[in-house]
Amino acid sequence: MQRRRKYRYISAFIILVICIAFFFALNICIGSVSISLSDIIGTITGKGEYDTLARIVWDIRLPRTIAVLILGGALALSGYLLQTFFHNPIAGPFVLGISSSAKMVVAILMVFLMRNAIRVTSADMILAAFVGAMLSMGFVLLLSRKVREMSMLVVAGVMVGYICSAITELIVTFAQDADIVNLHNWSRGSFSGMTWDNVYVMSVVIAITFVLVFLLSKPLSAYHLGEVYAKNMGVNIRRLRIYLVILSSVLSACIVAFAGPISFVGIATPHLIKKLLGTSSPLLMIPASFLGGSVFCLICDLLARMLLAPTELSISTVTAIFGVPVVLWIMMERRKERSY
Amino acid sequence: MDYYFKTEQMSVGYNKEALIKDINIVLNKGEILTLIGPNGAGKSTVLKSISKQLKLIHGLVYMDKDELSLMSDTMLSQKMAVVFTEKLRSELMTCEDVVATGRYPYTGYLGILSAEDHLHVKKAMDLVHVTAIKDHDFTKISDGQRQRVMLARAICQNPEIIILDEPTSFLDVKHKLEFLSLLQKLRNDKGLTVIMSLHELELAQKVSDKILCVNGEYVDCYGKPEEVFKPGYIKSLFGIESGSFDEEFGNMELMPPDGKADIFVLAGGCSGRNIYRRLQREQKAFVTGILYDNDLDYPVAKALASKVIMAKAFEPVEDKVIDQAKKMIDSCCQVICCREVFGSMETANKEIYEYAKKSGKLCQK
Repeated sequence: MQRRRKYRYISAFIILVICIAFFFALNICIGSVSISLSDIIGTITGKGEYDTLARIVWDIRLPRTIAVLILGGALALSGYLLQTFFHNPIAGPFVLGISSSAKMVVAILMVFLMRNAIRVTSADMILAAFVGAMLSMGFVLLLSRKVREMSMLVVAGVMVGYICSAITELIVTFAQDADIVNLHNWSRGSFSGMTWDNVYVMSVVIAITFVLVFLLSKPLSAYHLGEVYAKNMGVNIRRLRIYLVILSSVLSACIVAFAGPISFVGIATPHLIKKLLGTSSPLLMIPASFLGGSVFCLICDLLARMLLAPTELSISTVTAIFGVPVVLWIMMERRKERSY
Repeated sequence: MDYYFKTEQMSVGYNKEALIKDINIVLNKGEILTLIGPNGAGKSTVLKSISKQLKLIHGLVYMDKDELSLMSDTMLSQKMAVVFTEKLRSELMTCEDVVATGRYPYTGYLGILSAEDHLHVKKAMDLVHVTAIKDHDFTKISDGQRQRVMLARAICQNPEIIILDEPTSFLDVKHKLEFLSLLQKLRNDKGLTVIMSLHELELAQKVSDKILCVNGEYVDCYGKPEEVFKPGYIKSLFGIESGSFDEEFGNMELMPPDGKADIFVLAGGCSGRNIYRRLQREQKAFVTGILYDNDLDYPVAKALASKVIMAKAFEPVEDKVIDQAKKMIDSCCQVICCREVFGSMETANKEIYEYAKKSGKLCQK
């Protein structure tokens, strides 16, 4: 049994890595200009002489694809953390209104800074998004103290999300600056327009967060069993909960700052991964969810660019199509399980 | 005085409001303390408080000379294991996984089990006889099995003291006895101290070294089982209104039938109990006699009969008792005789048997 499990874990990770490599390559090859793999290898190693191709690959596709990889992983991870935190299988940054309120604060900041002709840096965006994420997280937490029922929590999160989206729309509509066009695109969720600078910042932030989350996998595994038992196992619940809130907010904030709100990846991926691994052990779930989120987003971004090319779909349109059936399936499963 | 576990003036409750005040427990190493009391009396609250799940409202708890609130969480987790009624969330976990979570306080930074940990897990599962179901999904086993897996989990935590909240509630009689025997074995072999709550009074009486009775406001009684189980005490502790509990035999009976007793049951020598219970089911009031006070029919008769005509054991039956029995037969319409033969020294029952026969009211059971 132990050995069989080990094989399963190893093969699951191999599958995930292969998927990432495959879709990563596809994402770079496919687009308004199709580029063959050998050409790409040529450009990257610097041997080729295709000047425009090199620019497309280096300046547009490569940073974008790397961003999708990192942010997709971060999305799934933040979903996993929130699900663990609330002991709720359909929690996620989008459902709990965290993405939307982060978006709202970022929009306010951008409009304000643009009015005053100040350049917005990546760090500013992340910080603003973090403030926004903490705002709605705080609200949801306050509510979760009063209301024990988890479905209420999700409903409240969705409501917060709507309010924040409405405010953002308002700001975007009334902002006169021409640059706001960008804002409009971003506020619907999109991976387009990533720069190398963005990629550097997000990889540093998310790498640090990922390591910290991974180091929490032992107390998380105890927390999974329920608070009473975690406490008896020597876990400082209060401290763990604070870490969880901060880390999941940082992840959500980072995603929103760069790609806007993206729905359903955070909910769906951890469940698919759990089924793939056949375990809920955080030690495995944390890295696997990250990889799974990357695969999910690579596929979705590819489809968003391809389906109605040259028009690009918003990424949430695609993630919703794949994510919603998964969420419905989760809810059905849970109903079945509750009967024991 | 020497002790292993002690509470001093402990008050427990929720939200800074004391529910039960002034709890003073003193236990030596390897003693079994059982909490009994009605539903909602605060047994779980006490257990949660001494396991640091709930903040104490007042007072102190000592374990092995250390004060509980000053002990680090990790240190406590290596000394104290709990089995509560709260469900353990076990998504996609096998029974073995669940048991292995008991090793948590001993594992390293990432919580990976060592070979030694696996050995402890295996031993604990063997001890509780759950090795056969180790690969089963924890959510898909029976309540009784789940309870035993939880005990295995607590055992492999290698505790000095174990706290159990109604651990036997879901077990069948075989497993109830097995469970409690196991606790006794652990106590004897490893000096494990046990604090638990039980609803099975008759088992609490037998397994416990000390018993704490809580009734929702204060500790009603605390002491050895023989000090606690005094006649009539359980009835008052639980406020039993329909039925009775016999403290000496651990025997429970339903409510005696109402109305005027029309039936006289001639019993004794353990022959009458089943008739008494049948009459109770049929809601027919009855009187019975003549019973010696050490007869096993006697506690049942006391609980169910309208009147019991009793005689002191090891003494000849007094004439006035026999007269009383005859008078009773006169007032009844029917006499049920449960006896087939009478002992050679049992002249009294023989006499009233003849009397009943003569009156024509006699019928065999």
